[in-house]
Amino acid sequence: MTTSSTAEPIIRFDKVNKWYGNDFHVLRDIDLDVAKGERIVVCGPSGSGKSTLIRCINRLEEHQQGHLTVDGIELTDDIKAIDKVRKEVGMVFQQFNLFPHLTVLENLTLSPMWVGKIPKKEAEERAMQQLKRVRIAEQASKYPLQLSGGQQQRVAIARALCLTPKIMLFDEPTSALDPEMIKEVLDVMIELANQGITMICVTHEMGFAKAVADRVIFMDQGQIVEQNTPHAFFNNPQNERSRDFLSKILGH
Amino acid sequence: MNTPTSHSGFTPIAPRPSPVRTTGFVAWSRRNLFSGIGNTLTTLFVLALGIYALPGILQWGVVQAVFAPDASACQAARGTGACWGVVAEKYRLILLGRYPFEEHWRPVLATSLMLAGLVVSCIRMFWKPWLAIMWVAIMGLFFALMAGGVMGLSPVRTDLWGGLPLTVLLATVSIFLAFPLSVVVALGRRSHLPAIRSVCVVYIELIRGVPLISVLFMASFMFPLFMPQGVSIDVLTRVVVGITLFAAAYMAEIIRGGLQAIPKGQLEAADTLGLSYWQTQRKVVLPQALAMVVPSIMNNFISIFKDTSLVTIVSMYELTGALSLALNSDVEWRPFKIEAYLFITLVYFVFCFAMSRYSLWVEKQLSTSKAR
Repeated sequence: MTTSSTAEPIIRFDKVNKWYGNDFHVLRDIDLDVAKGERIVVCGPSGSGKSTLIRCINRLEEHQQGHLTVDGIELTDDIKAIDKVRKEVGMVFQQFNLFPHLTVLENLTLSPMWVGKIPKKEAEERAMQQLKRVRIAEQASKYPLQLSGGQQQRVAIARALCLTPKIMLFDEPTSALDPEMIKEVLDVMIELANQGITMICVTHEMGFAKAVADRVIFMDQGQIVEQNTPHAFFNNPQNERSRDFLSKILGH
Repeated sequence: MNTPTSHSGFTPIAPRPSPVRTTGFVAWSRRNLFSGIGNTLTTLFVLALGIYALPGILQWGVVQAVFAPDASACQAARGTGACWGVVAEKYRLILLGRYPFEEHWRPVLATSLMLAGLVVSCIRMFWKPWLAIMWVAIMGLFFALMAGGVMGLSPVRTDLWGGLPLTVLLATVSIFLAFPLSVVVALGRRSHLPAIRSVCVVYIELIRGVPLISVLFMASFMFPLFMPQGVSIDVLTRVVVGITLFAAAYMAEIIRGGLQAIPKGQLEAADTLGLSYWQTQRKVVLPQALAMVVPSIMNNFISIFKDTSLVTIVSMYELTGALSLALNSDVEWRPFKIEAYLFITLVYFVFCFAMSRYSLWVEKQLSTSKAR
């Protein structure tokens, strides 16, 4: 349970259900409130619907039943609502998804210039600020494929931050990285978390969860099985399935 | 010798040149021509073939050949020497078709202008907005020079235009018009709107289902049947429309292949950044997709250049058609068609090879951003 004030939650899932096709029930009766500035880690076995959950928040996936409200805007088929929500929500992908034919700086200034209609100079200044924030400013004129995985992911984070979103979604951001590079990305994410942004992170990095999360949500087979503070969840998991999962991933 | 490495003393080893040469002609031939028993035998066989055939070719083509436009000398040398005299005699007819003889300077000037414009357009340095203005000027001048009727030039009907100028004109205009059309059709075929998608599919499949000859035939003979009485569209326009529609259908499929190869994550990233459909296509998808299909597209351009030879069916005599025209009616020179064909083969080769090399240059330019 969150310990937030009586303020409206910034994200609200209300009996949200999603199916892939007719038979695969991927999200089952999701009820979830995320408070502003809250940092949430979502974990669970693969196929549990964790990525689908966060991809529904910026409408990369559509839910078929229930109500999903982000920052007061309900997500339906209304394109204007979707566009408004996407301006407030930034996303970082497992595969980085940088644009390989553009330099790092161009990757960052593309959206502010073309969507935000900000003049080039100002967009570039903002971009350099974000690059400094993720400590990669010296790579601004390189192409993404000339950077290492950890550097690319930090550029991806900076790119999402350029739009000054209220919510940042991370979909297994370190899963595609070599172990040496995981630390540099997690460090950036921890810094970000301490600056007041609302964060929802799907990850297997339990160290990150312990360091930063206000709440850990455990999902299995499309349902939220358990949610608690990291301390309570890792030390005293209430549910059989949570215990099972934790024993597998914390075993070694 | 297994001396344990000491922790305190680390002697760095300076780079030395490789003992076996891996670059240079000798290494190249060893690797490519003589690398195994099969390769070596093939190389020797080809060399032997060359040594056997080359003197014969040189005899026929150079030593015993007749270079002067002398029909009787050519007849005398028939079988033993090539008659390059046919080229010397007929080159103007082959290269310029039925264009009035005294006005030949006009198509020569017009074609040179267009070729110069094409060369300039290929160089990256000149990819600026004023290029469009330059092309409007070039096309205006080209038509003014060829068609006449202005600036004191005598008018020349479009069905008299022929030879190389016609080939270059048809290829350039058709390619230039077909390319944007093909991008639109490729995007349309992948659209989620059924009406747009159906139109594009029908267009592509119809055109791909018939040979270019029938498209030209339909454009030239059947199209006027649908026009109201008295309205007649110039044959050149009809032919250009036919070739353009044909080329665009094939290019659309090539581009669609490129579009399909773009990872879904690119589109998702563009979506999360708030880019609209057209912004995503213009800034993210098309630059990557087009860069990927440059070899196929240039391949198509080269095909179109040569496909222009089919306009003979509608009585327009471009380079290949002009050759038939020049030689079929002339009994004296008709036996020497081979030499004349070799001549236009050389002309086609020069153009197509230039396009081919340019394609490689474009690919290299685009790949510099991908290398580490």
